[in-house]
Amino acid sequence: MNKIVIDDMFLTTDMPTTAGSKMLEGYTSLFEAEVLTRLKAADYVIAGKTKVGEFGADLLGETCYFGAEYEGETLQYPAAAAVKSGDAKAAVVMDVNGAPRRGAAQNGLVSLKPTYGRVSRYGTIPVACSGETVGVIANNAADCRDVFTAMAGYDSKDGTSLPESMTEQGKAAVTKKNKVVVLSSMLKGTDEAVQGRIAAVTDQFTKNGIEVVVADADVVAYAGAAWNILMSAELCNNVSRYDGVKYGYRTKNYTNIDELYTNSRTEAFGEFLKSAILFGSETLSTENYKKVYDKALRVRRVIRDNMAALLADCDALLMPAASALAYSRTLVEGDKYLPYKENFFTAPASITGLPAVIAGGVQLVGNAFSEDLLLDLAELV
Amino acid sequence: MEYEVVIGCEVHVELKTKTKIFCSCPTDFGGEPNTHVCPVCLGLPGTLPVLNKKVLEYAIKAGLAMNCEIAHFSKFDRKNYFYPDLTKAYQISQFDLPICKNGYIDIETSEGKKKIGITRIHMEEDAGKLVHQGATITTSAGSLADYNRAGVPLIEIVSEPDMRSAEDVLAFLTNLKAIIEYTGVSDARMEQGSLRCDVNLSLRPAGQKEFGTRAEIKNLNSFRAVERVIKYEIDRQTDILESGGKVVQETRTWDDGKGMTFSLRSKEDSDEYRYFPDPDLTPIIVTDAYIEELRASLPELPQVKRARMIEEDGLPEYDAGVITASKALADFYDGVRAHYDDAKKISNWIMVELLAKVNAEGMELEAVKIQPEQMAALLKLVDSGDISGKIAKKVFAEMFATGKDPADIIKEQGLVQISDEDALKEMVSHVVEANPKSVEDYKAGKTKAMGFLVGQIMKQSRGQANPAVINKLLAEKLDSM
Repeated sequence: MNKIVIDDMFLTTDMPTTAGSKMLEGYTSLFEAEVLTRLKAADYVIAGKTKVGEFGADLLGETCYFGAEYEGETLQYPAAAAVKSGDAKAAVVMDVNGAPRRGAAQNGLVSLKPTYGRVSRYGTIPVACSGETVGVIANNAADCRDVFTAMAGYDSKDGTSLPESMTEQGKAAVTKKNKVVVLSSMLKGTDEAVQGRIAAVTDQFTKNGIEVVVADADVVAYAGAAWNILMSAELCNNVSRYDGVKYGYRTKNYTNIDELYTNSRTEAFGEFLKSAILFGSETLSTENYKKVYDKALRVRRVIRDNMAALLADCDALLMPAASALAYSRTLVEGDKYLPYKENFFTAPASITGLPAVIAGGVQLVGNAFSEDLLLDLAELV
Repeated sequence: MEYEVVIGCEVHVELKTKTKIFCSCPTDFGGEPNTHVCPVCLGLPGTLPVLNKKVLEYAIKAGLAMNCEIAHFSKFDRKNYFYPDLTKAYQISQFDLPICKNGYIDIETSEGKKKIGITRIHMEEDAGKLVHQGATITTSAGSLADYNRAGVPLIEIVSEPDMRSAEDVLAFLTNLKAIIEYTGVSDARMEQGSLRCDVNLSLRPAGQKEFGTRAEIKNLNSFRAVERVIKYEIDRQTDILESGGKVVQETRTWDDGKGMTFSLRSKEDSDEYRYFPDPDLTPIIVTDAYIEELRASLPELPQVKRARMIEEDGLPEYDAGVITASKALADFYDGVRAHYDDAKKISNWIMVELLAKVNAEGMELEAVKIQPEQMAALLKLVDSGDISGKIAKKVFAEMFATGKDPADIIKEQGLVQISDEDALKEMVSHVVEANPKSVEDYKAGKTKAMGFLVGQIMKQSRGQANPAVINKLLAEKLDSM
C-alpha cells in the first residue's frame, strides 16, 4: 500500500495546517496543495501529517508549538521517524532550511530535494520562497523516485514552475561522467561519525568504478552565511501576513489596530521565529540592504557559477548533510544559533536550487535536472 | 520674498484588464463587497502570483505613448507595510527596475509649450478598500475590509518636478488622461478612482537652484481638487516660509469639505518599506520585437490627432484642443467627419450644444446616445434647408434625450421647415393684413417694422417657416403695396 505522511506545511482541506505554529493553530485551508492532488491521483494515501518546527525553519522540528520529538535524548525529525518506523512508505516534506535532509541523514534514509521549480510549491506554506522545495524521504532510492515522479511537473499556478520543454531540455543535457568530487572545504566542523560516513561512501563509489576526487571550493563555504540572510529576509516577509486580522491567532488584548498586530504576533510566534523575523527585517532596512541583502544575492550568483563549474565534469559534489548524525537535547537547547550554523551544509543546494540526495548519511549535490542520476548514485551507497 | 513653485506628480492608473494582475478574478468596478476575490488575491498562505501578460502589454503601451524607454529586463519587488487593506502585508510592486523610464508628455499653457518629464512608470497591484464605520477615521468604532480591488492592476506614473503652476499640472493631467484613454489601457476616470493623483509640492526662493522641502498630498480624485490643493499648499508653505519657519517633509491628506490639507505622517516614519525582489515572480524579459509590435499597435495619439485637425480640417487650435482632450469626443468628431465635410460646423455643434448638454447632465461622454451618423444627418438637414438652425437645436435636444434619428423626430413632431412659397405667401398676406400699423411704419422708413413682421410670420408657422424665403416674400409684398 502506498501510504505516505506529509509535513504539516502542505495545505489540506480535510485537516488543519499549522506549520508548527500557534499562529495557525486550527487553520484549515480552502484549497489543497498541488502535490497532494497529484499524489492522490497516483493512488498514494495520505495517512497523516508530521510535525514541523515553527514554519519549518529550524534544525529538526524542535521549535514546533505542539512539542518537539526526542528519541531518548536525541532530537528526531518527525517525518523521518515515521518512515524509519515503517508507519509510512515515504514522507513528503518541505525543505525550507534543510531539516528533512538532516533528518534523513541521521536515520540512514534516502531523501531527495529536487531542482527548484520541478515540483509545484502551490499550496505549501511559504517561508523561504527563493530556495525552498518540496522533497521526499523514503527507505530507499526507488521509493523516493516513485514519489518524486508522481509529484513533479509543470503547474500553471506556480510562476516559478518549470515548463516541460525546459525540463526535457535540462534532463537531456545531463550526462553520466562516473565521477564524484568531495568538497574538502565542506568537511569543516564535522564530527568523526560524519567523516566516517564520507569515507565509507567514497569507498563504496570507488568499488563501483566511480572516480572520487577531492577539491577545494572555499566559495561554497559561504553559502550558509548568504542563505541565512536571504532565508531570514524572506521568512520575515512571508510571515508578515499573519497579523491577526483575517485568519490565524488573534490576541484578545487590543484597543487599536497596532496593538492587534503587535500583540497577536507577540503572543503567537515563538522565540526562534521572532529572532529570524528581526534579523530578516534588519537585512532589508535601507541602511543594510546594499551591504547585506544585496551582497547575499551577489554571493548567491558567485556560488551558483562556482558550483556549475565544479559540476561540469562530475556527477555530484559529495559533502556532509550536517556536522553530526545526532543532536542531543543539551546541544539543541543550549545553542539557539544551531539551525543557522547547520545551514552551512544544506545551504549550497538551497541557495542554488540544485538537486540534492541524502543517502548513507551523506549528501550528494548534482547538476540541475539530475535527480535520476543522483538517485542512481544513492542506490550504490 | 518671491517664491517659485515646484511640482511633481505621481499618478496611479487602474488598468482595464479583464482579470486581476496575479489571478483570474474580475476587475469590474462595484460589485458586492468581497465577491471578486479568490485565495490568491486574498493573499492566503500557499497561494502564488502568476503575472497576467495583459498587464505587461498595457504598461508598455502606456510607456510608449509617453515616449518612455522600455526596460528589456525588469522585475517585481515586495513592498512591506502593515495595513488591513493589504492582504499579504506586502504589495507586489516594482522598485529599482521599473518597466518604463525617461519619457515625457508635451503640454501647452498660457506660458507656451513645454515637456514634462516622466521619470518612470511601474506596475503594481492595488490594495483593498477599508470602509470605516462612523463619521471620520479618528472616531470610527471599526472598519470593514472589501478586497474586491485587491490585485487590480495599476501603473504608477511618476513625473519629474517640472511643473511650476496649477495650470501646468492641469495641462499635464489632462494630456496624461487623454493619452491613457487613447491607448485604451484604462478608463482613467478620476471619480471612480481609476485615475488617482498625488501631488509633491515645494517652494524655493526665485532664482535658487536647490529644491525646497516638499509635502506630498495623497489621493486626489478630481481635477478640481488638484487645483484647490495646489493653491492651498502654495499659501500654506508661503506663510510658513514668510514667518521664518521650515516646511516639514511629510505626507498630507486633502479634506475637500474643509478645503484644507492635514498632516498624515512624517516621511521619516514611513519610508522603510524593506523592498526586495519577489522570489515568486521570475524577472520580466521583453524583446525588441515585442516592443515594436506594441508600438505599431498604438492608435493615433492626442497630440497627433490635434495637429491633424488643425492642419487638415482647418479647425482653430482651441477647438482641436478641447475635442482631442477626450477620446470619446475625438472619436465622435471623427465619426461625424466621416459622413460630413464641414469640420468647423461639426466642431461648433460639439463645443456648444453637445458639451453644454453633457455638462448640464453631469454625465459621461461615453453615455451620449447620439450616434455620429445621426449627427451628420442632422447637419445635412440644416444645409439642405429642410430644417432651420433653430429647429435643429430642438431636434438635437430630442436626439440627445432619446437617441432617435433626426428624420424620425422631424416627422413625428412635424418640424419640417416650410420653404414652399405658395404656402408661405398666404401667411405673409395674412400677417400684413393683420398689422396695418407696422406696414405704415415700414413705408415711413422704419425698417425695424420689417423684423417685427418676420417674427409674426415665424410665430404663426411655429418656427417652421424658412426665414430666407419669408424675407424675400415679405419684401416683395411690401414693395408691391
